[in-house]
Amino acid sequence: MEAFTLLQPTSIWDNLLAFWRFEDMNVLWVLVGSILLGMSASVIGAFAFLRKRSLIGDALAHAALPGVMMAFLLFQTRDPLVMFLGAAGSSFIGFFLIDWLPKNTKIKPDAALAITLSFFFALGLMLLSYIQGLNVENKSGLDKILFGQAAAMTQDDIRLLGYVAITILITVALFFHKLRLIAFNRTYAITIGMAVNRYELLLALLIVMSVVVGLQLVGVVLMAAVLLTPIAAARFWSGELSHMLILSAILGALSAIISTQISYMAPAMPTGPWMVVSLSILFILSLLFAPQKGLLKRFLEHKLLRQKVAEENILRTLYKLVERNKVDQLDFNHSDIQALRSVPTEILQKTLKTLCRKQLIESSSKGFRLTKSGLDLATQLTRRHRLWENYLNEHAELTPEQVHNQAERIEHILTDSQEKQLQAELENADSDPHGNPIPSQATLTGGKS
Amino acid sequence: MLSELGMNDVWIIATASLVAAASALVGVFLILRKQALIGDAISHSVLLGIVLAFLLTDSHSLPVMLAGAVLIGLLTAWLSDTLHRVGKLQSDASIGIVFTLFFAIGVILVSLYAGQIDLDQECVLYGEIAFVPFDTIYIGGLESGTDIGPRAFWAIGIVFMIVLASILLGFKRLETIAFHPNLALSLGINVVFWHYFLMTLVSMTTVASFDAVGAILVVALLVIPASSAYLLANSLKAMLWIAVAYSQASVIIGYSLAFTLDSSISASIAVSAGILLFITIAALQVQKAVMRLKKVAVTN
Repeated sequence: MEAFTLLQPTSIWDNLLAFWRFEDMNVLWVLVGSILLGMSASVIGAFAFLRKRSLIGDALAHAALPGVMMAFLLFQTRDPLVMFLGAAGSSFIGFFLIDWLPKNTKIKPDAALAITLSFFFALGLMLLSYIQGLNVENKSGLDKILFGQAAAMTQDDIRLLGYVAITILITVALFFHKLRLIAFNRTYAITIGMAVNRYELLLALLIVMSVVVGLQLVGVVLMAAVLLTPIAAARFWSGELSHMLILSAILGALSAIISTQISYMAPAMPTGPWMVVSLSILFILSLLFAPQKGLLKRFLEHKLLRQKVAEENILRTLYKLVERNKVDQLDFNHSDIQALRSVPTEILQKTLKTLCRKQLIESSSKGFRLTKSGLDLATQLTRRHRLWENYLNEHAELTPEQVHNQAERIEHILTDSQEKQLQAELENADSDPHGNPIPSQATLTGGKS
Repeated sequence: MLSELGMNDVWIIATASLVAAASALVGVFLILRKQALIGDAISHSVLLGIVLAFLLTDSHSLPVMLAGAVLIGLLTAWLSDTLHRVGKLQSDASIGIVFTLFFAIGVILVSLYAGQIDLDQECVLYGEIAFVPFDTIYIGGLESGTDIGPRAFWAIGIVFMIVLASILLGFKRLETIAFHPNLALSLGINVVFWHYFLMTLVSMTTVASFDAVGAILVVALLVIPASSAYLLANSLKAMLWIAVAYSQASVIIGYSLAFTLDSSISASIAVSAGILLFITIAALQVQKAVMRLKKVAVTN
């Protein structure tokens, strides 16, 4: 309950103000450190994600633990550089093992990751418990790296973190084009004679470095999220790598700001978990609302397409009815339409109403009839449908029975130029496989006239 | 060393050996179905399940904890799968996002209610098998009842029986699903059901191992002995036996290691499992090299 007493409503605002006035210099340091870490880890994590090794960060973070303990055992100091080198060393061994196991044994890549992760972690914990039983100085605080506690970081820690983060950002910027090529087209990069192995080693080094400096802030167990979640979120916003990197860096920084504030206001709250929670919230928001590939956008698009398909199907049915009726009947009612196309009455009524509003059809006492523009659209759709049927019949060797359903799907998305191309490639562009005439471009009345 | 073993050590070893055996059995199917990572994920997220179950019901009893863990375990598996399909993310990325979030919330809850829950951050990580003998179950009241042994022992004992029974009863189906998923589909075996069934077993094993080895070390016991067995076995039955044998060997070696170094027992058991795996791999590599040399000798 101690955590709650610190969160009294009256003090939240004062606390926030105190935070942003940086009355405590250490707060500024921690804030800058976390932002730099958030940015660099998200950028470097992006490349791991693109190489389909999203959880490599998880494994490397766990693998760093025995290195830290070993370094402490050997040198009996908690100097940040010594810890860093120890962690980097054992992470690197872990990286090598994850690579080596699937190549040389029957073990699959996912199992190799899990084995490395759990073995190194266990080794680290074993050493940690061994150290705690020893009579040495300075050992308290070693276990902080399991969950990360920003407040426990010294200025030396943060300075090192800053150097590493800036090195990572600059290196990625310098080699951006090469790293991008390797990420998207490794084989091509090899063929044009790039030293792919050297760059991959560089990338591995950068990942290891960012994981290792992040440990104290975020903790072993949750470091994976800092590398992985920002890029996964950014991917919903853009497909262009440079945009994705910038965005994921921003998300990383944002989550760093949020989590440092929370753990400032409630010191009992660990920074790492809050960083992960805020990253996850940013991820969920992106998943739902991102304008390019968000779920909401996709849902709306899907709904619009379904509606378009329903409307176009009715139009084409009306066209067919007109075509079949040699008598001069132009008006058709529900049952006429439903005789040709099975569609639930409710949806039919709704669609007819929309079509009326768009002035593609008009209703009369006897039913519905196509307007001029409606007839044009219906003719064009029929033309595309039948051209495609014909194409499938001639080139894909489908029987006339098979082609109809295929064409039902394609007619709604064919473009003008594809339609022309189709016509050019067909020997017979006059009638479809069922013997119906294909309306020619010339029969279109042109809407306005 | 054997002469120094007291009753407490016997309980600890018995509990550890049941944890290791149950994990090894379940792990075999995770390895065969290439789901090692979902095992990792579930063992992290059960923490949230346990904390939530405790906060909601205020009870520390086994069925409640099991229910909480199984629900969260299934939720983890289902959410990762949904994120993979709907969000079009790689499956390992979806797994990573889900379990880190769940674990983070779990840790936050633990630190919020630290005073009220008998869980702390260390116990989350490596359990405390050394304390297992002190939390015992009394039948018929604390004063007059009889002490029937540690709670953790009975918890993992029950789960072990469930795992064993499931494997015995569903052997044919599990075998088909593990080796020929497509055949299983065409035979009309409900693959989705068995997937979630396996996830249930993983969650139960993890939560029952919680007192003993903690959430994260159980991954080692799930994956490592089963991987050793995977390298050696050529049938499901053999793989299950070998995995269990490896897991028991790890318990014995690990316990002695912990005894000598005065280190965490559960971590030492996991480390021993890893060492056994690496010895196996080394032996196989040597064998491979020898075979190659022989071949060269024959062709020359």
